[in-house]
Amino acid sequence: MAQHELHARTAAHPDPYVPAEPPAPPDADPGRDADTRPPPDADTDADRGLGRDLRTMRVLWHRETLRFGRNKLRIAMGMVTPLMFLLVLGTGLNSTMSEDSLRDFRAFLFPGVVLMSVQAPAIAVGASIVWDRRSGFLRQMLVAPVRRSAILVGTCLGGATSGVVYGVLVLLLGPVADVPYHPGLLLVLLQVGLVAFAFTALGVAAAVCIRRPETFQVAVSLCMMPLFFLSGAMFPADGLPGWLGTVVRVNPLTYAVDALRRTMPGDGAAVAGGPSGPRWGSWTPPVAVEIGLIAVLAVLALAVATRRFSRVEE
Amino acid sequence: MRARHAVLAEGLRKTYGTHEAVVDLDLAVDPGETYGFVGPNGAGKSTTINMLCTLLRPSAGRAEVAGHDVTRDPDSVRRGIGLVFQESTLDGELTAEENLRFQADLFGMPRARARRALADLLDLVELTHRKDSPVRTFSGGMRRRLEIARGLLHMPRVLFLDEPTTGLDPQTRVAIWEHLHRLRAEQEITIFLTTHHLEEAENCGRLAIMDQGQLVVEGTPAELKGVVGADLVVLRTGDDERAAHAVRERFGLEARTGPDGVRLRTPDGAAFVPRLCAELAVPVHSVTVTPPSLDDVFLHYTGRTIREADGPRQPDFGPRR
Ligand SMILES: Nc1ncnc2c1ncn2[C@@H]1O[C@H](COP(=O)(O)OP(=O)(O)OP(=O)(O)O)[C@@H](O)[C@H]1O
Ligand SMILES: [Mg+2]
Repeated sequence: MAQHELHARTAAHPDPYVPAEPPAPPDADPGRDADTRPPPDADTDADRGLGRDLRTMRVLWHRETLRFGRNKLRIAMGMVTPLMFLLVLGTGLNSTMSEDSLRDFRAFLFPGVVLMSVQAPAIAVGASIVWDRRSGFLRQMLVAPVRRSAILVGTCLGGATSGVVYGVLVLLLGPVADVPYHPGLLLVLLQVGLVAFAFTALGVAAAVCIRRPETFQVAVSLCMMPLFFLSGAMFPADGLPGWLGTVVRVNPLTYAVDALRRTMPGDGAAVAGGPSGPRWGSWTPPVAVEIGLIAVLAVLALAVATRRFSRVEE
Repeated sequence: MRARHAVLAEGLRKTYGTHEAVVDLDLAVDPGETYGFVGPNGAGKSTTINMLCTLLRPSAGRAEVAGHDVTRDPDSVRRGIGLVFQESTLDGELTAEENLRFQADLFGMPRARARRALADLLDLVELTHRKDSPVRTFSGGMRRRLEIARGLLHMPRVLFLDEPTTGLDPQTRVAIWEHLHRLRAEQEITIFLTTHHLEEAENCGRLAIMDQGQLVVEGTPAELKGVVGADLVVLRTGDDERAAHAVRERFGLEARTGPDGVRLRTPDGAAFVPRLCAELAVPVHSVTVTPPSLDDVFLHYTGRTIREADGPRQPDFGPRR
């Protein structure tokens, strides 16, 4: 094709989008230093390390709580299943039980119901990570100069906070199950926070490993029900036969339920006429050990999630 | 931390399985430059941007952005860049303002400065009146505007824009480009963008045409168009068929009739018009001469128009207007 010089054109510019002033030619001075301009983020240049991580966590935590608080319907729906268990299951068994043993059973069930209510926000946080990946929001975070582990920890703290909110809502129903309002409930609440954190960490670990929201949904519903039923939430974990006993003993939820039950004011723990928690041989692990197990689980889940998350390539 | 280039790539390559998405890319973009990537779908533009923005590990080669190596010091790179993704990356549950604040907080912007920048940018993209609505209630163009605002919020030194103004109305596009040019002039910000809009590419100081993972050619828009060299002339006449016939007979030029009149291509169309009018017997109502577009350039270098390469769009042989 013929080369020729560009002359002044008769026609208007073909392009309606170009601003009236044509762009200045690119900077021709190659010696120019990229950093002569004082960096606008000079005040954040020292911003590495712990301060930055804490800030990241706070930001992510704040986002989770904003999202949580905004979705009133979800909060209400998250309460439905626990209430069903507490009120319907308890009342439905009415005909087979005396008044006294029914009250006992409700009290026995109560810690499991608390635990169940904590599941919902944990799953929701995991799901939100999967959706964030789908919607691209995750990538926006990944390109920010923050540590990925801090992003995850902040998110889990957000999930734990939502869990505690649910926990409070259910604990308010305590008197229905013969659990009195008692300062000891604060201790229970602390445990609920830890359990919620562990749950969220598990959910987040699953979310980081699973790409598709549908798969996540299926995986979660496949895991949650068996975990719950085989946890000693519905029946005493002690003295179960063979394989069932083994499954219950390796189920981390068992220890969460038992710790809650033993800390809970009232006498739900004594329903079977004695301690009903899991036993290792003849040794009954104390509450502190059970709590420690949950904490270890949370840390492990978080470690797995962080490892996977740090390698995420979008 | 001294850098001659805002963006530097040497032998950058990305392979997915056996598919080579980006092949041995060499790039050097100066600070303060506006550099554009043009190319059809699947050319490797987004892949390149992702590598430069530390989101994707290069299979081979190396790259430096804002003076730091993207694989060895991704943190420093992230500190210096802003990125508007090709696809929407907002949190639909949060409001416009909350989305921006999230970004400001994530980058650790001081409160007062963040507040000011936030208000200014919401103004710029004309979303101030909707700042408290959840983003999921926004239209596609409004989301895009918000994302551009977010990309600018922490005042990055190198701004990556992956098809930034897709879906924007013309006024917004002009406003945003005016702002970008102003930023570039005031703060020597480097802009690296990809686009399918050839009109938009004209905003760039330098352009690269990418096809099948490779840089086909690089130059200023004028240089690129100069190589192609043929202007588009469109005539409206009393009798288009006769006029087209006459053009073919007298000047030996390819002329086609269409709904908008007679179209032909010739070097230096401006000088050609008086001769043409003198020769034609039919009455001429109007003549427009359009310099070669980047579409023509693309055709020249790849043998396809960018629209063909992009899939089914309106067949055309030049910019309409
Ligand atoms: N995660 C991935 N796995 C496999 N192949 C991929 C992946 N991402 C991109 N590719 C391939 O790499 C090539 C380049 O893709 P890229 O997204 O960079 O194109 P692009 O130039 O941005 O196109 P568009 O204009 O459509 O945005 C394509 O052929 C695409 O199929
Ligand atoms: Mg792309």
